[in-house]
Amino acid sequence: MQSLTNRKKVVSDKPMTLMEKIYIPAIVGGMWITFKHLMRRGNTVKYPEQIRPFAPVYRGMHVLKRDEKGRENCTACGLCAVACPAEAITMTAAERKKGEEHLFREEKYAAVYEINMLRCIFCGLCEEACPKEAIFLTDRLVPTEFHRDEFIYGKDQLVELVDNRIDITKRQHTGKRTK
Amino acid sequence: MDLAFIIEKTTLIVIIFLLSLVIAAYSTYFERKVAAWFQDRIGPDRAGPFGLLQPIADGVKMFMKEDFIPKHADKWLFIIGPGITIFVALIPSIIIPWGPPLEMFGRKIALQVTNFDFGILFIFGALSVGVYGIMIGGWASNNKYSLFGAVRASSQMISYELAMGLSAITIIMMTGSLDLNEIVAKQHGMNWNVFYQPVCFVIFFTCALAETNRAPFDLPECDSELIGGYHTEYSSMKLGLYLFSEYVSIFISSALIAVLFFGGFNFPGMDYFTGNTLAIIGLLVFFTKISFFIFVFMWIRWTLPRFRFDQLMHLGWKTLIPVSIVNLLITGLVIALYEGWFWSN
Repeated sequence: MQSLTNRKKVVSDKPMTLMEKIYIPAIVGGMWITFKHLMRRGNTVKYPEQIRPFAPVYRGMHVLKRDEKGRENCTACGLCAVACPAEAITMTAAERKKGEEHLFREEKYAAVYEINMLRCIFCGLCEEACPKEAIFLTDRLVPTEFHRDEFIYGKDQLVELVDNRIDITKRQHTGKRTK
Repeated sequence: MDLAFIIEKTTLIVIIFLLSLVIAAYSTYFERKVAAWFQDRIGPDRAGPFGLLQPIADGVKMFMKEDFIPKHADKWLFIIGPGITIFVALIPSIIIPWGPPLEMFGRKIALQVTNFDFGILFIFGALSVGVYGIMIGGWASNNKYSLFGAVRASSQMISYELAMGLSAITIIMMTGSLDLNEIVAKQHGMNWNVFYQPVCFVIFFTCALAETNRAPFDLPECDSELIGGYHTEYSSMKLGLYLFSEYVSIFISSALIAVLFFGGFNFPGMDYFTGNTLAIIGLLVFFTKISFFIFVFMWIRWTLPRFRFDQLMHLGWKTLIPVSIVNLLITGLVIALYEGWFWSN
């Protein structure tokens, strides 16, 4: 009968020839193939000692940027949290008090800013949503931990240090804010 | 039996025992390395330089694991199984001639724990008892996978023992002796049996693979069908002993193949050396041969897929046994012609 799809294949079940029954030629052939692999070195990158270069736009661990005077850019507008498809970002806003002008750039800031790194899918939508150029993804990796709650990163892990800025110049392609 | 004799033999036994264990331990490391190389990987390289401490780490891990005995298992048989396996795997090492005699402390020390006139028979006896450990372990586990593994192991051993025995008989006929020392002595220099009996060697080697449960004949453990086969229920050092005994028997089988077919410690140009120099070079040559065969065992394992069980039985009963019988007959005929049975007088 004609099959409907014409994709039917007849399986070959022919008896083995004498050469195939001896097995040895096939075995020797196979061993020669594996031997050629023995002579070859693989492409293994020994990770902790040897790090493969990251692409400039690699999306790794986030950073909350400060401006040139060392003030936090984030104003806790919540757009990143809204944009986040994985709902990994939460924050609590607070008002800047007098005398805190050197800490926060605008009169509202994030008192608590948390990213759950287990939820995060590193899509970079928070970075795109941010109107203040505050959050960026960097080429740093999120290290492993033993407990889940250690993956909830607060401001202490996310905000860059004043004297140890994180270079994200290669990622500043959004053109929203020019120096 | 003077004291010196007892000390000599005890030292030898301890050395061979430790050597077998160390070689078996490092075979596990080497196996992983070889597997990695064949698959374009690097293999264990974290524990110590080049990962050389890996077997020790594995051993420590094995000891730390929970030693579990299933509720429905036959407790005593379950415990005794791995013991029998490792004991029987180690037993043939006493009779293998490791090298030419050493001269030390004014004594001639044979590098062989003991020598029987019926050496080969002893080895075959020990090898066939080897299946008991597996059989007992698989039966005592009271688990269908273990039982399947055990049944497969025993039927496989029985099938391949015959062809192995027949090919060994061919060598015995050529040598005219069951004594391993004489078999080695007969292959002096480069007169190795493999050059006279290549077919016999191939059969023997295939059977050795089957006897040690190595791929492509590793049906008794066969992870993809039987989980772990006869050692499915085992854990901790009992499992360790099972795995270990596999490597010990690879070592012993390699030694046996080297003795029967590759001239043991004989090497071309050995007449230029005498005494201790000869002994040490012979020992090194013998261990080189053994290492080579261990490597070939691994090479085959990481090249060939596993046989199906009916193919295994087919190969054993319908191919290897007839071929080895024909080989035996031809050898007999040639020896008869050579000795002049037909036309003397």
